[in-house]
Amino acid sequence: MKEFGYQRVFDVSGAVALLDADPDARFLGGGTNLVDLMKTGVERPARLVDVRELPLDTVELMRDGGLRIGATVTNSDLAAHPEVRRRYPALAQAVLAGASGQLRNMATVGGNLLQRTRCGYFADVTKPCNKRVPGSGCPAIKGEHHNHAILGASDHCVATHPSDMGVALTAFDAVVSYETADGPGEVPLSWLYLPVGDTPHRETDLPQGALITHVTLPPAPVAANSRYRKVRERASYAFAIGSIAAALDVQDGVVRDVRLAFGAVASRPWRARAAERVLAGAPADAEAFAAAADAELTAARPLPHNGYKVTLMRNLVVAELTRLAEEATR
Amino acid sequence: MTTVTTGTRAVKGSVGTAHTRVEGRDKVTGAARYAGEIPFAELAHGWLVLSTVARGRVRSVDTAPVLGMPGVLSVLHHENAPRVETDYPGLLGSAPDPTVAVFQHDRVPHMGWPVALVVAETSEQAREAAEALVVHYEEEPHDVDFYAGHPDAYAAEGHMPGVTAKGDLEPELAASAVVVDERYTTPEEHHNSMEPHAATARWDGGRLEVVDSNQGTTWVAGELANLFSLDPASVWVRSEHVGGGFGSKGVRPHQVAAVMAATALQRPVRVVMTRRQMFSLAGYRSPTTQQVRLGADADGRLRALDHSSLSLTSTVHEFVEPSAGVARVMYDADAHHTANRIVRLDVPTPTWMRGPGEAPGSFAIESAFDELAEKCALDPIELRVRNEPALGPVSGLPFSGRNLIACFRKGAGRFGWADRDPRPGLRRDGRWLLGTGTAAASFPAGAAPSTAAITAEADGTFTVGINAADIGTGARTALTLIAADALEVAPDHIRVRLGDSDLGPAMIAGGSMGTRSWAWAVTAAAGDLRERLALGDGIPPEGITARSNTTEAIGALAPKERHSFGAQFAEVAVDVTTGEVRVRRMLGVFAAGRIVNPLTARNQLVGGMTWGISMALHEEAVRDRATGGHYGADLAGYHVAAHADVPHIEADWVDDPDPDDPVGIKGIGEVGIVGAAAAIANAVWHATGVRHRNLPIRPDRVLMAGENA
Repeated sequence: MKEFGYQRVFDVSGAVALLDADPDARFLGGGTNLVDLMKTGVERPARLVDVRELPLDTVELMRDGGLRIGATVTNSDLAAHPEVRRRYPALAQAVLAGASGQLRNMATVGGNLLQRTRCGYFADVTKPCNKRVPGSGCPAIKGEHHNHAILGASDHCVATHPSDMGVALTAFDAVVSYETADGPGEVPLSWLYLPVGDTPHRETDLPQGALITHVTLPPAPVAANSRYRKVRERASYAFAIGSIAAALDVQDGVVRDVRLAFGAVASRPWRARAAERVLAGAPADAEAFAAAADAELTAARPLPHNGYKVTLMRNLVVAELTRLAEEATR
Repeated sequence: MTTVTTGTRAVKGSVGTAHTRVEGRDKVTGAARYAGEIPFAELAHGWLVLSTVARGRVRSVDTAPVLGMPGVLSVLHHENAPRVETDYPGLLGSAPDPTVAVFQHDRVPHMGWPVALVVAETSEQAREAAEALVVHYEEEPHDVDFYAGHPDAYAAEGHMPGVTAKGDLEPELAASAVVVDERYTTPEEHHNSMEPHAATARWDGGRLEVVDSNQGTTWVAGELANLFSLDPASVWVRSEHVGGGFGSKGVRPHQVAAVMAATALQRPVRVVMTRRQMFSLAGYRSPTTQQVRLGADADGRLRALDHSSLSLTSTVHEFVEPSAGVARVMYDADAHHTANRIVRLDVPTPTWMRGPGEAPGSFAIESAFDELAEKCALDPIELRVRNEPALGPVSGLPFSGRNLIACFRKGAGRFGWADRDPRPGLRRDGRWLLGTGTAAASFPAGAAPSTAAITAEADGTFTVGINAADIGTGARTALTLIAADALEVAPDHIRVRLGDSDLGPAMIAGGSMGTRSWAWAVTAAAGDLRERLALGDGIPPEGITARSNTTEAIGALAPKERHSFGAQFAEVAVDVTTGEVRVRRMLGVFAAGRIVNPLTARNQLVGGMTWGISMALHEEAVRDRATGGHYGADLAGYHVAAHADVPHIEADWVDDPDPDDPVGIKGIGEVGIVGAAAAIANAVWHATGVRHRNLPIRPDRVLMAGENA
């Protein structure tokens, strides 16, 4: 392991000034991903700037009914927050579906959004990977890819984003606020992650040295009737092979509002807008739900060994929307 | 002089009574030290550098830049490492795996082959330098493709004959009313003991001292003496606490590299494997592809059994995963053929892993039996009752005890098997389809020569010296109970010393033979000691010591089929819309000889069954064809069952003392995993109506099988 400096910061301006001055520095949140990557040599920062003590550890209920979530709120605290559980239950469920209790106690909201893919080629410095070493190739496309992307991938990278939390946040139109040495900025979560294209090593739209400070959820009455469902290869402590955040408002058997986002299918949490468009004003029944799923999944480009994800996501859309429709009319 | 007679406090009945681990408090408080954390003065740290090509030659090693890095003391590689001897008989008499003879030549036979050891003042410095070391290779094309019908496959003996054959298969198959002919596969699997391999070596007054984590210090000390051409008496290996072994903790490159570095630097050197290194250095279970053909009369009586297994090995050493061997014990047929074949590829050498042969073999044969029961419209247990052999199907020898059907009867009653509707795909609980399955289990039971010494101390206690290995099994506790009964004292009067090659030769913790082998030696020494104490001359301050050696007694055992048996039951829930499989409950009933300590025995058996869940649903090492290395070689990529996957598991046993053993022991180390995966796979069929013949039964496979059904 390469020797590195470590510094704890207590104010946001100090934090961004340190990263602005040192391009080889990284922010350290819970360290649940970055430290692993340092051990394996994927990340080799010269300095870690520990942001855990920044005053960004609260969840605020906004006057409009939305939530403003500090970037250093731990996953455990987010999932346990009463307003999260009441207003955005899928978000609490998504967080609790991830990792383990110990990891959730350490991991932070900001870190969760910026965690790296768990693609086994990316994690192994002895193998090629366009995301880690641009231009070295993507061995997953002809190699092991049964848990790789079916949507939005390219010939250069088929890795998926591993976050559960991000899938629910994406479904609820979260906006990411950040701070840089040149001042603050914000970007909708749906736009945070760049298209893969031929630059898979460029993952987000954040300026160099930016620090995520908050994630804001706008008010969304539909989110009160929401669910997160995660399918994985063991019952706990595994990344998804397919997941869904879904919210549904039904009146007189007709869809009045719907939110859908998929996990483990793309390089980012995947907002299923095509499916949402099909469902707007449609009857809230299994046939419409399946048609919506198909509308979204026509864009899928599965590889030889991950075509099952198309079936899986279709089944999840139908199952979860059906259940939400039942709950909405109960 | 103290006068002690064992008769005054005569106590029996420790064996068979639940007893917590005697070292349990030390382990849960952290007082128990493991090999990688025992302090040494002047300790240096070695870090292994592994090849990044799967086949070729080392052209050069750029040591100069690394030798200038902070704290670096030395870089050992094939041009400067001490020479070792490999022409000696290994554990089972055959040549040792040359993988342990590190840095002897420039050939690279697989990805992850040790090419150098960087030694530094701290572990972190050694690692950083090792990762910075540039090694130039002359790369050659590699072949890691393993598949059924490989043209280079050949029949091979491992610890059993490669091929057995009686009767003519084809006429018997042709005359059969019912035939099952299917291929079953199991993936590459890794031991992944919780404690990684770790060894510290140092020279002390002309004696080589190694503190290690292993399954037998006799074994490791003997091989190190051979490798370094040392007098066996000048090699001292200790291994007090071991965090799991499962077959992987014998002689491995880290010990040899540590000894080389300690010799070169003349100071203590520790080498620890990382989890990722374990995937290429610690051995593993070969993938298997197995063809099973069963032919039976309409009433289920077998006419033909043909079990042919293919596994792989490295290009440098022949190791056989003998999956077809289980059929030689379990079932007879007029025509009975079995074959274990291997193919040599550019991969690391596999090794014994819990239930070698039986674990993957039972998945195939016990799945095939379930398919035969379905075709014969017979209950799977009744099919096994009808095919219960009187003698060893291949050997013709009598069984020392075969209480398999008793296990099925007891298990069926407890599991509620009688109420089972055999038809598949009928039971539902919400989104889950439910099913139950069963399978038989067996594993060889044996004993190997061992020595023991027991000292009657002047204070009335006893010190038992037996070079056993407690790899987490509870061996230390079991031997305490055995010694207590043999000496007719309470267990708190017994102190067991183990894991130390100076205690003398003894069987390793392996082959499900440890406890039986050690208990035999302890019982023999105790008998001798009691005779001497009965003379009533009192105990001198240095105590009275009696020694035993069971070589002769074990050599006199009549040849018999000696095995532990068991019946596995599982209930599963399957969501065919997502492919998720959850085991809801398991029951295993075993005939495994006399149970010494019910507490730790249950722990062993439940542990094996839990591993069976992993084997059925999770475990799979993925080899990347392009590089020849692994994909996801860590515990995030290689899944074992999490707590949430492990439901209510019960293990129980039937009375089954071995008549030829002084304590009645057989062995429980491996039989718990055998048949477990088949019981789960059979339950998945009962739930869904779809057979899964390829492990693990992953969600994508269940989902697409449902799509295609």
